[in-house]
Amino acid sequence: MFLDRLTKVFTSLKLTVVCLTLAMLLVFFGTLAQVDLGLYKAQNEFFRSFLIYWGPKGADWKIPVFPGGYLIGGLLLINLIAAHYSRFGFRKDKFGIIITHLGLILLLMGQLATDMLSTESSLHLRNGETKNYSESDRLTELAVIGKVDPRTDQVVAIPDSRLAGGSVIRTPELPFAVRVKHFYRNSLLVAQPTAGFEKSGATQGAGPDVWIREEPRTTKMDERDTPSALVELVADGKSLGSWLVSTRLAAPQTVTFNGRAYDLILRLRRYYIPFNLQLLEFKHDIYAGTDIPKNFSSQVRVLNPATGEDREVKIKMNTPLRYGGLTFYQASFDQDDRGSILEVVRNPSWVTPYLACLLVGVGLGVQFLSHLVPFVKRRLTT
Amino acid sequence: MKKWIPWVLVVAMAAWVLFTLAPKAEKGFKAHEFGRLPVLLNGRIQPFDSVARNSLLQIRTKQTVPFKGERGNGELSASEWLLELMMKPETADDRKVFRVDNLELLDLLKLPDNERYFSFDQLKDRLGELDKQGERIEKIESGDRTAFEKQVVRLQNAILLYQRLKVTLRPPDSDDLAAELVQYQKSIDPGLAALRARDAGGKFDRKALDDFVGRFSGFDTMAKYAYALVVPPEHPELSREQWQSAGTNLMQVARGEPLSPAVGYYASMVTAYRSDRPEDFNNTLRDYNQWLRGKFTPEVNKGARESFYNDLQAFYKALVIYVLAFVLACVSWFNRSEVLRRSAFYLIVLALVLHTAGIVFRMVLEGRPPVTNLYSSAVFIGWAAALLGLVLERLYRDGLGAAIASLVGFVTLVIAHNLALAGDTMEMLRAVLDTNFWLATHVVTVTLGYASTFVAGMLAIFYILRGVFTRTLDEQTGKSLSRMVYGIVCFATLFSFIGTVLGGIWADQSWGRFWGWDPKENGALLIVLWNAAILHARWGGLVRARGIMNMAVFGNIVTSFSWFGVNMLGIGLHSYGFMDAAFKWLMVFIGSQVAIILLGCLPLRLWRSFQSGGTPGTPARQPDGGAPVKPAPASI
Repeated sequence: MFLDRLTKVFTSLKLTVVCLTLAMLLVFFGTLAQVDLGLYKAQNEFFRSFLIYWGPKGADWKIPVFPGGYLIGGLLLINLIAAHYSRFGFRKDKFGIIITHLGLILLLMGQLATDMLSTESSLHLRNGETKNYSESDRLTELAVIGKVDPRTDQVVAIPDSRLAGGSVIRTPELPFAVRVKHFYRNSLLVAQPTAGFEKSGATQGAGPDVWIREEPRTTKMDERDTPSALVELVADGKSLGSWLVSTRLAAPQTVTFNGRAYDLILRLRRYYIPFNLQLLEFKHDIYAGTDIPKNFSSQVRVLNPATGEDREVKIKMNTPLRYGGLTFYQASFDQDDRGSILEVVRNPSWVTPYLACLLVGVGLGVQFLSHLVPFVKRRLTT
Repeated sequence: MKKWIPWVLVVAMAAWVLFTLAPKAEKGFKAHEFGRLPVLLNGRIQPFDSVARNSLLQIRTKQTVPFKGERGNGELSASEWLLELMMKPETADDRKVFRVDNLELLDLLKLPDNERYFSFDQLKDRLGELDKQGERIEKIESGDRTAFEKQVVRLQNAILLYQRLKVTLRPPDSDDLAAELVQYQKSIDPGLAALRARDAGGKFDRKALDDFVGRFSGFDTMAKYAYALVVPPEHPELSREQWQSAGTNLMQVARGEPLSPAVGYYASMVTAYRSDRPEDFNNTLRDYNQWLRGKFTPEVNKGARESFYNDLQAFYKALVIYVLAFVLACVSWFNRSEVLRRSAFYLIVLALVLHTAGIVFRMVLEGRPPVTNLYSSAVFIGWAAALLGLVLERLYRDGLGAAIASLVGFVTLVIAHNLALAGDTMEMLRAVLDTNFWLATHVVTVTLGYASTFVAGMLAIFYILRGVFTRTLDEQTGKSLSRMVYGIVCFATLFSFIGTVLGGIWADQSWGRFWGWDPKENGALLIVLWNAAILHARWGGLVRARGIMNMAVFGNIVTSFSWFGVNMLGIGLHSYGFMDAAFKWLMVFIGSQVAIILLGCLPLRLWRSFQSGGTPGTPARQPDGGAPVKPAPASI
């Protein structure tokens, strides 16, 4: 009995309409919220969530007030699959609808896969520069770089997700443990005592003369957080001292242990790619007599030792380079027009929207035309 | 006799269109001919005529300048006005071309508040005051400015544009430019020799130096502020787009580069114009045209074509015909006159021909698909909606499709006209938009989605208004309306879905992600979701005819939010179409739609069409909206 009723609910068109309406409200308020929260945060709160929480300003409790994107999308998906399973079967006159819904399922699943699997990072190259890694736009990592010999570095990168205050990181590659005494998600540093700032607490490196203040995380599209961490290195239960690392301190700080030098640096998270990219020339054309940009393009050289490839490609607006499972887009450029910033995306499900669009287009077209054509014929003959 | 009325109307309107196109013999200075000359502005080749019209739209919000003369009143065309402004500004300064509506601003400028248009001479003494305000306002973000402050900025921009036009062809305070050019060329060698001598600390000819520097600084002003670039690139190594201002060319002459013949021709025209010798002016104009045509044939042709397009004023004429057709269609419901309905139908066909011609002409001029900016989206939405309405009219022959076609055609062209006040509507496309493939697929499809959603919403409005206020919504009309709305919502779903996904794919190609929850993307998604909701609600029997109508009217709100509303949030990657003046109108529109939905929610006994004895024949029942999957329990 209960199962019957449950099936009925999940296969009903009422649920479809309710979900579609809720989805509209969600999209509408999610769009308005971008004005205050910024795109990234609004996206996470509204669309990449199961429930949207709300609490009065300043209070530390929050209650769920509205279903989030995952919940509504999930319900629609269940509704769609259940309805087909129980109601439609494979009837000829429903062919269009079936194809359409198949396309929708593919689209929703594909986007879920994108959400889960895709990574975005950016690759900043000056004219002539070569790199084999890209950097995250907002994630950071603590890199401990051991100098094995003048030509070889051994890099241990600890992602910021593991840098919570109080955590201890031990790895066989390092002769010491890294104890995180404090982690600031966003911070400001000053070089002299200032009201509102506290002493960093570092005993070594650049930190002892630095004062720090924790900042609220930024919501603006064109700014990013500048995290800092106070870390202590511990070997055999003995402290080697505390260092303040921060993305605001660009230079690495060196620690010497057992005769080997180690560089400590908090930097944007790096993603290594199995080939080299060299920027030959960045071009920024404008229309004659105006400052309207006509085109941005990067002439790059792909050097892949594994395949022996060495070729030139032009990456420009609307023509990305797809290579090695990655896609490189022309995203931005340096003020002086002598450097380029490429967006690097790894998205295994990038092809799903293309297929989905085709399926839904064919499906809706078939469905509507099969009603329209006879109807128009009838109208015109009467 | 009556059978002929529709044809008579169409022929009369067509004659009007053709009459305005007929070439008129120009007496005196051939300003129209001058208006066809190509120049480079906003990164594209355009005729002086376009420069003139777009400038006037920005300054005066009209394309012509009326004047009161001793021999009666007249009107200057945009080209005539521009010619005068560029060549004889002291006369032009007396023309009332600056539009000022804001009362506070009129107060500030000490201008009479019973007029709307003012001349530069009336404004010039108060420019200091205006600048003072401008400096203060510059620091305020544009979104936070008051109406007064916005008007100050608008007027300042208009004045700047006006001043720049003045120095496009001649330096300030020049009289006989042709003679001055000869003197300037003669003054270069002695002037430069004096300059070198002075720099070396020796004796130098002060008169020669002053003479040269005085002329040079006038050209410097021209080079800095000239609005359009009028000198074509003659040097074989320059690209065809590297036009120069007359001032730049004249300054380069001092560096030993040749004087462009174009500058010589223009100088002769200025001199002839200022000394009131039309014949000399016209001859020089003809010679320049011939010289230009020899080397710059495509540019000359582009100028002539665009000037013809401007003269055609296809959208304005289509707008007038739409209004006439709308009135005829509405009247035809009341007196059930087949003649009026047919007249409306034929007129819409004529308007649509003009509308199409305008769009095709624009596409050819730009070398682009039909929609490239907000302005052309309005034009195209109107076109698609009018076409759809016309098809409906052909299928149903009940005057409804005609009314929709003419109304949407008219309203969207009014919107387009207001968007055109911002300036050049054929501006070049920013890098990311510079792709004809995606403009032709994504933009066109998504715009068709907007258009069809609007048509469905408009049909629903007619259903509600006719049902509530008149007795004309009989069962037959109700049924056909429901069917029309349903069918159109189906296609709106198709177009908006495909358009939205294509947009995502474009985003994947240019920004690296299919979906980024950007406001414009979300707006398009809202339309898809809402259309899908309407269809599913109908299939599920959750709503019947009236419910679908109310939902379709709400579709108008969703679409207007997506089309204009999201641009007003001022965030996101698509905010290229940002504008705040339209906000008020958007709110008015949304308010009106809400009011109609409320009307639609009135109990049926309050609808005049459903009151007993309402319609001839059987008492009307709730018209059935189609075939629900299962019988609905009760009508809503």
